[in-house]
Amino acid sequence: MGSGGVARFWREIPQRYNLIGNICGSCNKTFFPPKEACPYCRRKSMGKMQDIKFSGKGEIITYTIIHSASENFQKQVPYIMAIIKLNEGPKITAQIVDCDIEKIKIGMKVDSTFRKIQEDGYTGAIYYGYKFRPCNVLVTNNEKEKCETK
Amino acid sequence: MRDVAVIGVGLTKFGELWDKSFRHLITEAGSKAIFDSGIGGLEIDAMYVGSMSSGRFIGQEHIGALVADASGFSHLNIPSTRVEGACASGGLAVREGYLSIASGLNDIVVVGGIEKMNDVGGNAATETLATALDQEWEAFFGATFPGVYAMIANRHMYEYGTTRENLAQVAIKNHANGALNPFAQYQREIKMEHVLNAATVAYPLGLFDCSPVTDGAAALVLCSLEKAKKFTEKPVKIIASGQASDSLALHERRDICTLDSTVIAAKKAYKQANITHKDIDLAEVHDCFTIAEICAIEDLGFVKKGEGGKAVEENITTLNGSLPVNTSGGLKSKGHPVGATGVAQIVDIVKQLRGEADKRQVKDAEIGLAHNVGGSGATCTVHILEAI
Repeated sequence: MGSGGVARFWREIPQRYNLIGNICGSCNKTFFPPKEACPYCRRKSMGKMQDIKFSGKGEIITYTIIHSASENFQKQVPYIMAIIKLNEGPKITAQIVDCDIEKIKIGMKVDSTFRKIQEDGYTGAIYYGYKFRPCNVLVTNNEKEKCETK
Repeated sequence: MRDVAVIGVGLTKFGELWDKSFRHLITEAGSKAIFDSGIGGLEIDAMYVGSMSSGRFIGQEHIGALVADASGFSHLNIPSTRVEGACASGGLAVREGYLSIASGLNDIVVVGGIEKMNDVGGNAATETLATALDQEWEAFFGATFPGVYAMIANRHMYEYGTTRENLAQVAIKNHANGALNPFAQYQREIKMEHVLNAATVAYPLGLFDCSPVTDGAAALVLCSLEKAKKFTEKPVKIIASGQASDSLALHERRDICTLDSTVIAAKKAYKQANITHKDIDLAEVHDCFTIAEICAIEDLGFVKKGEGGKAVEENITTLNGSLPVNTSGGLKSKGHPVGATGVAQIVDIVKQLRGEADKRQVKDAEIGLAHNVGGSGATCTVHILEAI
């Protein structure tokens, strides 16, 4: 993963595994990754920033299909990268999986899923984290319904 | 604040320069600028060097001192500082040099910009460029530098109806200009079919939508305007220097299709120069990808948001258009040695304003603008220059 290695990844496990961001107790704006202070309320937000776990549901606001990737991702090409607006507000960059690259489109409703992201070579650490998948690939009708409603 | 002028410019050929080292390139550009300026060398008060990632590209940091040393100034102990802001490193170096003279601290400053990118392989170059993104929240998940601009392009097409052909037209225009520039990496014209049939890098961007990996250097000699006449007949005045920042990650921006850093840096620059966008005769803008030029002409205020594609289609920005953009060939055709780019843009504007742009000369050019972007818009500088 370029540089930083295991310790850097370990620090970010709450975000990468569980989509933990935070919310400003003063203006209720949400942030991912969490911010030390609210950029809008500034001093007023000090001591009022609270962790929040996002639902993982959201909508694709733009995407690309990567054909030329850095070394750790070369085995995955072509793959979809997108910016997703989470239902709670923050935007997030992630891969879209379980989706035919012909079918991807802006406005598609998606849900987060836990996947392998990359590895430090054949013998190195494996890094896991969030990717997103279209709501319509979910198995049960109940799941689909939950995913598609805001 | 004192007035500042450019009194000398120097540029190396841009390209895959296997026979030229980092030291060779920067000293070639620097000595060309010094000879052009008419100064002897002993008058230099300070040096600023823009370079994005010498540490990853050639395994060498500490290049402020290295450049002074390689240029033969180590025994003069001239203070030399490296400036970094990803692909805007050059523009930032120009601004630091400008500010140090405007403040009254220095009289004569040499500003250099350089990147030696081809000593590492294509993969390493791609990974290094991705460090201009948010490493932890974009690149870690598989986003590439072209990929992030591709997401801007896709949203621009969705919101404003910009077409794939509009993107291609930017590359075609810039190659037409680059074909006339002896310093350009690619000195040949391309056609629509070349762009549309090229391999996809990150949909919707293909190979011909992307600026290349380039070796090259550029340099300027800056001088207080009051002393400039001592050295040159044709000083070009820097009438504004604007800079702004934004979030490192594209997803955190207010609007995916607007580089607010460009909007703000341009506003500051127009205000300082006391002009509007209508007074600009030509511009060098940061076309690291074709979509970037479309966003740039919108965000600099030349056309309304969303109408950049149409403006390109209507040939407004060609060499003979009402607002020639990237007459040098731009990053696309001239090449993009990242740290050198922001300095090289000013070199080209100065040549135009002096009437020395040869086949690319814009008639009666008096005011020119240079727009340099770092990453996907986290850093931006806008400089405006005027012939006097």
